[in-house]
Amino acid sequence: MSPPGMSEQRSAAWAEAAVAEHEDHELAQYPSGREHPSREQQVLERIERARRRKPKIKEERITLAHGAGGKATHTLIEAVFLEAFRNPLLEQLDDGAVFTADGARLAFTTDSFVVSPLFFPGGDIGELAVNGTVNDLAMSGARPTYLSAGFILKEGFPVADLQRIASSMARAAEAAGVQVVTGDTKVVQRGKADGCYINTTGVGLIEHGLTLGPSQVRPGDAVLVSGPIGDHGITIMLARGELDIETDLTSDTAPLHGPVEGLLAATTGVRCLRDATRGGVATILNEVARASDVAVVVDERAIPVRDEVRGASEILGIDPLYVASEGRFVAIVDGAKAETALDALRSHPLGEGAAIIGHVKDDPPTLVLLKTEFGGTRIVDVLIGDPLPRIC
Amino acid sequence: MCLGIPGEIIEVLPDRPDLARVNVSGVRRAINIGLLEGEQLSPGDWILIHVGFALSKIDEEEARSALEFLEGIGQAYADELQALQESKIE
Amino acid sequence: MRFVDEYRDADKAGALAAKIASMCEPGRHYKFMEVCGGHTHTIYKHGLEDYLPESIQLVHGPGCPVCVIPMGRVDDAIHIAEQPDVIMTSFGDMMRVPGGRGSFFDSKAAGADIRMVYSPLDALKIAKGNPDKHVVFMAIGFETTAPSTAVTVLRAVAEKVENFSIFCNHVTIIPAIKAILESPDLRLDGFLGPGHVSTVIGCRPYEFIARDYGRPLVTAGFEPLDILQSIYMVLKQLAEGRCEVENQYTRVVPWNGNLKALQVIGQVMELRPYFEWRGLGFISHSALKVRQEYASFDTERIFDLPGVRVADPKACQCGEVLKGVLKPWECKVFGTACTPETPIGTCMVSSEGACAAYYNYGRFSRERVKEATRA
Repeated sequence: MSPPGMSEQRSAAWAEAAVAEHEDHELAQYPSGREHPSREQQVLERIERARRRKPKIKEERITLAHGAGGKATHTLIEAVFLEAFRNPLLEQLDDGAVFTADGARLAFTTDSFVVSPLFFPGGDIGELAVNGTVNDLAMSGARPTYLSAGFILKEGFPVADLQRIASSMARAAEAAGVQVVTGDTKVVQRGKADGCYINTTGVGLIEHGLTLGPSQVRPGDAVLVSGPIGDHGITIMLARGELDIETDLTSDTAPLHGPVEGLLAATTGVRCLRDATRGGVATILNEVARASDVAVVVDERAIPVRDEVRGASEILGIDPLYVASEGRFVAIVDGAKAETALDALRSHPLGEGAAIIGHVKDDPPTLVLLKTEFGGTRIVDVLIGDPLPRIC
Repeated sequence: MCLGIPGEIIEVLPDRPDLARVNVSGVRRAINIGLLEGEQLSPGDWILIHVGFALSKIDEEEARSALEFLEGIGQAYADELQALQESKIE
Repeated sequence: MRFVDEYRDADKAGALAAKIASMCEPGRHYKFMEVCGGHTHTIYKHGLEDYLPESIQLVHGPGCPVCVIPMGRVDDAIHIAEQPDVIMTSFGDMMRVPGGRGSFFDSKAAGADIRMVYSPLDALKIAKGNPDKHVVFMAIGFETTAPSTAVTVLRAVAEKVENFSIFCNHVTIIPAIKAILESPDLRLDGFLGPGHVSTVIGCRPYEFIARDYGRPLVTAGFEPLDILQSIYMVLKQLAEGRCEVENQYTRVVPWNGNLKALQVIGQVMELRPYFEWRGLGFISHSALKVRQEYASFDTERIFDLPGVRVADPKACQCGEVLKGVLKPWECKVFGTACTPETPIGTCMVSSEGACAAYYNYGRFSRERVKEATRA
């Protein structure tokens, strides 16, 4: 029934197409009426199949979600870049590639920084650009050595700001024990870029015999974080000023090679290290669950979150588990070595707030489960896009 | 729907009586209190915030009595459990 | 956090859950609807269903103002956003909601100036800072949010801001509840009333539900213990043979609501003769529009809108899910064609929607999860 004046009507082509596409898949899947334990279970299996299907980009244009580190980013990487560059090193989709050159094990990684605002409480884009790449190397278990720095600057960008950024990069590099040994500068016309973008690439030396990565995790392992999560993401969100929210929170940006070194020296039980940047802790744990075909069970009460981060998250209706940190990492270690690992982390100033937040189980595989502070259970899924402030 | 968050009034802005600075867990924002006409609002009062507006003043008396009710149920439950255990022992 | 953490206490929940279980009549099945999407969110975010006996099923109602916006209205909003010299603003919730031809995010990627705001007053601020642009605020929400929009319009009048208008999509909750109660296949035993809507409208407007339809309603708060206590209160009414409107959320909801808020809504807005709700169809007197006196702040009067209705795909069964006839996973397209990434129906659109909540948080076999989370 349509009221007067609303006779014109059409259907949403994209929605009809999605229905048709999945109908075809389902027909192929169920040629005849196979018996199933329960209808709900059958539906859950059907969803799992849909989720495992080869990712396809549905959008015609890049949206901000493609850069947010969640599901859309993964789809983009797998459907465009992996498809084009496929090779065994890239296929691991790790923070950095690890390979051997002349007998030395090297870690190699790159990262671009487009943070806005450029200067924020607790840091700036320069410090972030150095720490980000240092941390990606550290997460490969490497000792960071050399960095490159590429700058894309907008015509009209204040030289004083660039000097400020460069000197904070120099300080960060010194603190991390790395040198910036090569670089590049491009200037684009006003309106083509927003101030200053930085790319850093880094090389590090691996001096231990462990193989680290999200696919190395097994049931019985323990999940640790190196400190309170979400400080950086909330600080940036609020520093943009659009939300008019004030806080004394500062970014947690820091070089993590120190606490990692301490951890690797304390135990050989380390399986996987990941800095909790874009997409937050939740995204990392989902990668692990998927890559190792395990269940990750997290205890909400054990996750360190500062009051201010909780407060801002409540106001904005977002979940700190998805909020970025730039100076925190997740470590997954042999369950028997959990306490040793915790002590090692806590003995470093950047790991003072470390905590064991969960454990790895075998079933149900590929899922991250949260035991809530209220005593219930829920799934922690991969984020679809950036966490958006919501009102409802 | 409708995310509503409790916050504590830090101050009612002297030059803007329809605005109050409100603290939520160490995070602060100016909140429009124009919809709470007739309520006496002062620092330390708690309000419910929705999209930058205060919709309601939180009644601490009511909050306390609700919690007492919940504690009562918890206590009754604990007593029952204990009685059950004792009866088993005997 | 005060008035938050106290209502998330696992011990109290355990005791209350035991009480609830003891009050269920053996062999009887209960279906309660939480009207509000905020409740749905709480239920899933905290895993509240773990505390409920199997004989109690929660049906997730239509109270998500983002979900119920018809696709044609999203297309209209995008049409406005793509006009020259327009800045479109809305809450973050709206950004990913797809219309017939895409979402705000898609339109933004194609060049439209669309910005997220936390408050309608922030949209007004953007208007004041961009005098050479026309700033539209896409207003969504129930009676909870409508007063904020109304105050913002009055502020624009007072400050003589001429480049600002609102695209009014405010909806009212009572007609939607009525539509559900009128449904012939209704099988609900009681309601949890929308707590934050009630801060504005109070509890009186629900009295007809108990009186005319014989269903109890308890206005509920948004922390998990609030919801458990409200379920307890509904069960208690049923056990005692009562059928009333009760208020669990007394710390926030006054019985008569917020008169000032109702007054500003009435001053700036009036009821539309009818409005389309995704999943429920056209419902009379279920939405608000800007009054003639404020025509210069009414986007619908300033711009020509395409106003083309976009039908939901036939495979979509949101209507049945909203009425509690189907569970989310019983829908034919749930989790395959219809996911939070590409939501085909209203229940999948925002994380408050029944299907999205189940997909994001509840999509697992309870037995296997119990095993996994055992200490």
